[in-house]
Amino acid sequence: MEPFLKQTLVYLGAAVISVPIAKRLGLGSVLGYLIAGVLIGPAMLSLVGEQHDVMRFAEFGVVILLFLIGLEVRPSTLWEMRKTIFGLGGAQVVGTALAVAAVGYLLSLPWQTALAVGLVLAMSSTAIVLQTLDEKGLRQGPVGRAAFGVLLLQDLAVIPMFALLPLLATVAPDVHAGDAGGHGASLISHLPAWAQGLAVLGAVGVVVGSGRFVVRPIFRFIAEARLREIFTAAALLIVVGVAGLMQSVGLSPALGAFLAGVVLAESEFRRELETDIEPFRGLLLGLFFITVGAGIDLTLIARQPLTLIGLVLGLMVLKFAVMFGIARIAGAQGRSAAAVATALAQGGEFAFVLLSFTVGAGVIGADLAALLTATVAVSMALTPVAMILYERIAELMNAAIADVDAEAPNFDEGEPDIIIAGFGRFGQITGRLLQANGFKSTVLDSDIEQIELLRRFGRRVHYGDATRLDLLRAAGAEHARMLIVALDDREKTAELVETARKAFPNLIILARAWDRRHAYDLLANGADAVERESFEAALALGSTALQKLGFRAHKAYRATSFFRRHDRKTFEDLKPMWGQEEAYILASRDAAQTMDRLLAADLARMRPGEAGGAWDTAARDEELRKLAQRQGRSGGEAEPAEADGWTGTPPQG
Amino acid sequence: MTPATAGALLTLAHPALERSRANRVLAKAAKALSGVTFHDLYETYPDFSIDIEAEQQRLVDHDIIALQFPLFWYSPPALMKEWLDLVWLHGFAYGLGGDALAGKRLFVACTTGGPAQAYHAKGYNRFTLDEFLRPLEQTAYLCGMVWETPFVVHGAAMKDDEQLKAEALRYQARMSALLAADHAAEGA
Repeated sequence: MEPFLKQTLVYLGAAVISVPIAKRLGLGSVLGYLIAGVLIGPAMLSLVGEQHDVMRFAEFGVVILLFLIGLEVRPSTLWEMRKTIFGLGGAQVVGTALAVAAVGYLLSLPWQTALAVGLVLAMSSTAIVLQTLDEKGLRQGPVGRAAFGVLLLQDLAVIPMFALLPLLATVAPDVHAGDAGGHGASLISHLPAWAQGLAVLGAVGVVVGSGRFVVRPIFRFIAEARLREIFTAAALLIVVGVAGLMQSVGLSPALGAFLAGVVLAESEFRRELETDIEPFRGLLLGLFFITVGAGIDLTLIARQPLTLIGLVLGLMVLKFAVMFGIARIAGAQGRSAAAVATALAQGGEFAFVLLSFTVGAGVIGADLAALLTATVAVSMALTPVAMILYERIAELMNAAIADVDAEAPNFDEGEPDIIIAGFGRFGQITGRLLQANGFKSTVLDSDIEQIELLRRFGRRVHYGDATRLDLLRAAGAEHARMLIVALDDREKTAELVETARKAFPNLIILARAWDRRHAYDLLANGADAVERESFEAALALGSTALQKLGFRAHKAYRATSFFRRHDRKTFEDLKPMWGQEEAYILASRDAAQTMDRLLAADLARMRPGEAGGAWDTAARDEELRKLAQRQGRSGGEAEPAEADGWTGTPPQG
Repeated sequence: MTPATAGALLTLAHPALERSRANRVLAKAAKALSGVTFHDLYETYPDFSIDIEAEQQRLVDHDIIALQFPLFWYSPPALMKEWLDLVWLHGFAYGLGGDALAGKRLFVACTTGGPAQAYHAKGYNRFTLDEFLRPLEQTAYLCGMVWETPFVVHGAAMKDDEQLKAEALRYQARMSALLAADHAAEGA
């Protein structure tokens, strides 16, 4: 077999076998991947050879993860989070670095090395933390928010660290080792510092600028061509391109991808991008976890088990303690502080990169670096375990501590109450009414020109074909309360109602129907309620017509209401008959006759020229007339009913 | 009248029931009784277009017609007045052949914002609540109905939850008594 095929077979096989088992055992998928990695790694079955190439490929999973996270974070949200990011994150990096450095110094490392080790170990693993939190459904809560803020600052802190670490060199730098991680080396490393800075700024500018002015027109063009796979390809192209650009100026590709995501978060393509890239994230992240697992040097652990256990536990306890303290000082509840601290208590993937970089720069010795690499890898593998442990403890303490976190505000804009599929002339009116009444909605539309137009009016509309289940899910259908289907397509409407009903049993589904037949079909397919699209408008026109024909406004209104009520009733009455052609037609004819009769009766009561419409005094007037005739004059003082003295009103006593 | 008539038709009119404290609590207490048909006018006819036939049938079907409402400008809310105007028609409720409601009981349950002492010749509303309810009393008379002593909660907005609960129990007891009397009359 070709080596590539064999490798693919091994990785996929390991993942497919171990991840479902781990999940079934309640260990979470991350742990499953890590175990799979250990199993196929050089230490156990040794099924995979050189890790480096796979590792680079796998790191792309982290890049995609950050791109997707960026898509969820609007610049405004980022601004709102600035305190979490810089306050909490900054404190974590500085605090952990100093604490670790102090311990290292006490263990008689030179202070420079101790500080470098501190900085390296201050990093946590974005991939593992976010994936684990996601699986536990904690990402959107206060815990996820705090963890995310800290991780974001860590990703930012990598940049100055690359600049800072070489200054801590104690031995002559080894120029070649610096390339190992692939992050330290860049196209511009030979340039003077000011030019490097300029290049970095330039690269960021390119990402932001092209996100605004280049990417959207391209997507629009692709969207108009309606080529889905090309849309996916373009989405991947962006991520790869940004990652490459960032790497070439020495920035973290993950950070670049995050930035690109943030820039595109405001765009109408956000949901579609998310949905298209999501599967890649899952697989590549899985690959990443496997490579971390495979990279755990079991022989090193076997040689120095106690040292390693001490280092891992020491690291995790220290990181936990620092983060817990900071979170408490920042005002977090005990439980959330513990959750954040547990989640962030491991070393991160950047530690691998920084370690090889520091070895190259002559800051940390190769032996120490190898030991620390193993420490970081093991601590990463232990994170899901620690989270499970934390949960058990929290569960035990649950009785004593009330859960205050539940009321904390959400991280993002929050789940929408309503998803509106189709934002044309119909969806817009419904959407405006709902929005004006304080309901949050997510809007999906696939007419790119329409979206353009609406965006110019300041409406937030996402591009996408709502009949796609994954896109509906990305739009939040699992947590939304209602789906309003207002697509300009009969068949698609039916399709969407059916799909959504099956996938989201709790969703209230309202649909715009073409006509009565379509309405019945939609109801049969699971819509909770339908509205025939032209019904109300046609009634309104009919009402206007009645007025122009001489009805007084209120009378026209009443006649229209009367018609509406009976039509709706007929609609309901005939519903059981739908599908049985013969019976339906018969019943429908019957209903039409009844309607005619009822309308005629109501109209007779409201005939112009007679007293007061439905405030029908005709019978009373007739009675009074007869009475007057008997008494030989008009009106009768003795009768209580005529005491009001004029016709057209009910008795007033 | 069909012999199948029984129970109370509790017709409620409150345009903002979701914001009302008193009327919600009261209605809930009364609704809980068996033999009470609850009918929320503003919920049934948000557009004020009342289904006259259906409403007349509802009235015919019950022995006790209970009207529950907050007093707005010394009257029932607009929709209840509209309902009276449209449904209690000549030839149905009164006048020649208009005996559909004869013999039934008309029971008004009403809440006021002002305290009891405001509804007094010397109070700032200058008339008693009974005087403000005269139009309904006369309606009952004209339709040949029995006018029941109204149930009134004064100063509803000023009452706390405990006090409202007590009022609700009082209301429930009153409604039970009416139903029991009705039941006894049926049996006789």
